[in-house]
Amino acid sequence: MAKANRVDLTERDYKGAESTMCRGCGHDAISASIMRAFFASSVDPRSVIKMSGIGCSSKTPNYFMNQAFGINAVHGRMASVATGANVGNHSMIPLGISGDGDTSAIGLGNFCHMMRRNVNITYVIENNGVYGLTKGQFSATADEGTVMKGGKINDMPAIDLCELAITLGATYVARSFSGDRKQLAPLIQGAVAHKGSAILDVLSPCVTFNDHSGSTKSLKYIREHLDPLHDIDFIPPYENIEVDYEEGTDQEVTMHDGSRITLHKLGHNYDPTNRMQAVTALHAAVAEHKFLTGLVYLNEERAEFVDDLNLCDTPLSYLTQEQVQPPAIRLDEINAELRK
Amino acid sequence: MPVVNDLSISVATANGSGSASSNNILFKSIFKMGIPCSSKNMFPSNIQGLPTWYQIRANADGYLGRKDVIDVMVMFNDDTADKDIYRVRDGGLIIYDDTKPLPDNLKRDGVQYVGVPANALVQKHVEAGPLRAKQRNMLYVGALAYLFGIDMETIREVLSDTFGNKPAVIESNLLCIQLGYDHMRDNNLSQSLAMLETIPGGNEGKIVTEGNTACALGAIYGGVTFCAWYPITPSSSLAEALERYLPRLRKDKDGKHTYAVIQAEDEIAATNMVAGAGWMGARAMTSTSGPGVSLMNETLGLQYFAEIPGVYFIIQRGGPSTGLPTRTQQADIQLMHVASHGDTRHIILIPHDMKSSFDLARKSFDVAERFQTPVFVMMDLDLGMNLWGSDPLELVQEPFDRGKVLSQEDLDRQGSFARYLDLDGDGIPQRTIPGNRHPLASYFARGSGHDSQARYSEDEKDYKETLDRLRQKYETARAYVPKPLVEYDAGIHTGVICFGSSYEAVREARDRLKASGVNTNHLLLRALPLSEEVREFMANHEVIYLMEQNRDGQMAAIFREEYPEFATRIVSILIYDGLPATAGEIVRQVEQHREAATNGIETKVDESWQKQIASI
Repeated sequence: MAKANRVDLTERDYKGAESTMCRGCGHDAISASIMRAFFASSVDPRSVIKMSGIGCSSKTPNYFMNQAFGINAVHGRMASVATGANVGNHSMIPLGISGDGDTSAIGLGNFCHMMRRNVNITYVIENNGVYGLTKGQFSATADEGTVMKGGKINDMPAIDLCELAITLGATYVARSFSGDRKQLAPLIQGAVAHKGSAILDVLSPCVTFNDHSGSTKSLKYIREHLDPLHDIDFIPPYENIEVDYEEGTDQEVTMHDGSRITLHKLGHNYDPTNRMQAVTALHAAVAEHKFLTGLVYLNEERAEFVDDLNLCDTPLSYLTQEQVQPPAIRLDEINAELRK
Repeated sequence: MPVVNDLSISVATANGSGSASSNNILFKSIFKMGIPCSSKNMFPSNIQGLPTWYQIRANADGYLGRKDVIDVMVMFNDDTADKDIYRVRDGGLIIYDDTKPLPDNLKRDGVQYVGVPANALVQKHVEAGPLRAKQRNMLYVGALAYLFGIDMETIREVLSDTFGNKPAVIESNLLCIQLGYDHMRDNNLSQSLAMLETIPGGNEGKIVTEGNTACALGAIYGGVTFCAWYPITPSSSLAEALERYLPRLRKDKDGKHTYAVIQAEDEIAATNMVAGAGWMGARAMTSTSGPGVSLMNETLGLQYFAEIPGVYFIIQRGGPSTGLPTRTQQADIQLMHVASHGDTRHIILIPHDMKSSFDLARKSFDVAERFQTPVFVMMDLDLGMNLWGSDPLELVQEPFDRGKVLSQEDLDRQGSFARYLDLDGDGIPQRTIPGNRHPLASYFARGSGHDSQARYSEDEKDYKETLDRLRQKYETARAYVPKPLVEYDAGIHTGVICFGSSYEAVREARDRLKASGVNTNHLLLRALPLSEEVREFMANHEVIYLMEQNRDGQMAAIFREEYPEFATRIVSILIYDGLPATAGEIVRQVEQHREAATNGIETKVDESWQKQIASI
């Protein structure tokens, strides 16, 4: 008998269609972490909406949580689709999957404005520095000096999506690595619990086009340059676990829904609620050619977008004619005004 | 003897000089007298300084299209005066500021000049300040009122309607209007062109509004819950009308909103937000104009192919490119008809007046949900932004058509669900809405190839089936979309077809043609796809004049594609100078074609007519 979670579902219930990614692709590992996280947090897939743009990564929502509604939109526009979907029915749990081309190139503008609005979403960027589906061109997150399979060298600086996210108003910003499920799964759980734009920039090696020596997004290079900020645990609101709390080493953040994120410091003296420190640390990591991973920034104060809109409790998509069609007498009043 | 209640006045001013206010007072005063009237605002894409013309037509017969000729020119813009004196017809009247003597280059024969020393008077009577220059425009309102018989009491009422809670504003405007009025009276100035006389009971119950407001109200009554938009002339005022009326009309008992209006960062974001909200099941819309549609193209294809409802209000302006952003045209018909790449065909609803703007806007959400596709509501600047007198807007009480949406209970009963399966043979599949927790409910919407179960598929059979079904859906729409309005007499073999803002000009043109012995039947087109009634009309006429406001006969091309057997019957009447259509130009083009046909001369495109339009 497989273990069931609090909504009586087993890990099987979080599965999707058979993946069509290349064997060993980091994206499949991310999908596995997503399934793990949603199972562990006892989120019913039927409450989830899966959204993506175009690219290898954007195909993956098909490969997990079959019971969730999904949409595979046009290239680079998932952030806007998600904005409309979140406002259209704010009771659903939005999960967006994108790639570095989708987010940092064609869709950069819309991505920025989604975060500026602090739209509620768990937005996962499966970042491999290349366009996989079109066979290996550099993306805008390719590091300066990294080499393409054919020998071409990238001479432009990479867009740091975490730094961008912090600057533009995202309220939960994390970086992780597809191969580190122990870190990634709780980060996803935290992102889902967080109300607002949660951006997860997840390094995910492309085993076909960007896994060679000279690449700064190869599996080997990433592993050698990872610099985790902390060990992370996610404790759902219903669990009453007491953590061995070590003053000065551990930090605990309570989220709005009562869930907690505990961070066990590793070498860094780092507080993710300090915005300036977060940006400084990201800059330092780039200079040191390191991938800083973990919960980089968290702001539980800022209201999410639908709160700013003062929406009614019933999702807009479920309002009935009686709730949305004003009585005819109000039109008479307006007609009277238009006579003046 | 002056004619009564048949007059066109063009007011030439500089943009940003406050003339919007004075023109509004003038127009509403004539309206309040009960005289049918319309106004056309020919304004620049500019905030201050460029020339603007406001043309008012008062017409007892109720023709509201732009009048071909200008009877009275209010020459209050020095920059355009040398041309404005020629815009007025022979025998017409020019009102000018005679604070300084009229320079020789502004004198012409065959017109009457009446001066009002507006500058001198405002300087004498209005305190120096930023408002003084704006108040100057009120002087011509007073002068016109005296000359043409608008009484001051009517003007006072209009001022009170307009500035109700600002007595100081009413008084200062009234003072300036009175100055102009008194100057005419005290100097015994008069004209013998025309007089305006109150029509008792005229305009009773009528409203004055613009199409963008009517559309916004229609959308609200149609249950719009979501709007994402990006500012662009001439569509911005539609979304702004939503923002104005929604807080009044659509709060729940706790004061919370049953709607969301989002000003997006660009049109690409707006259309994708509409797609996201529409996929969720919200009644979602945007409003934009041609450049916005160009940007939205990719997602329109997604909505078409993944079958996501959404309403697109398109207020057309002069294109291509930036074109003439503040002038009117119907040149985005093809852009809407086959928006996005690949084989597409889109449903387009076409209002022609204020009431139909309201009605079709309301109905558009039903059509979008019934057919699970983007639906265009095709407007233009003339309809959308100019003021039109109209019967009051009226709510037809009928249940919303949410289309084939399956609830959890429906799924229980049915026991199966395939998102893109054509169960009914009408091309329209069943749809579920996120939040439906039935185990069968979920599906994966995508713009890539898919099978009837919404699974990814590159199979040629699946692909072709989907394309054919989408075409079938379009065929089904023929009988569902608003039917054309037809005036038909079996003895008449000449037909006229028009749509949208051309309607008023065509109505007047047909009456003029009738007066000269040319009888025509008429079809007012209200939607694409073309319905059976349109085919019948085509079949029943030997010659069909198809009037539209673009260069290439975009609608005629659609007709020729749909009815190759009637293709040669179509004669295009084309007006595309960016100005609202006039009856005179329509009559001229019809007569030119008739003459060529009678004389056996091949019809040629004659460009001289463009030069003949001296009036603005």
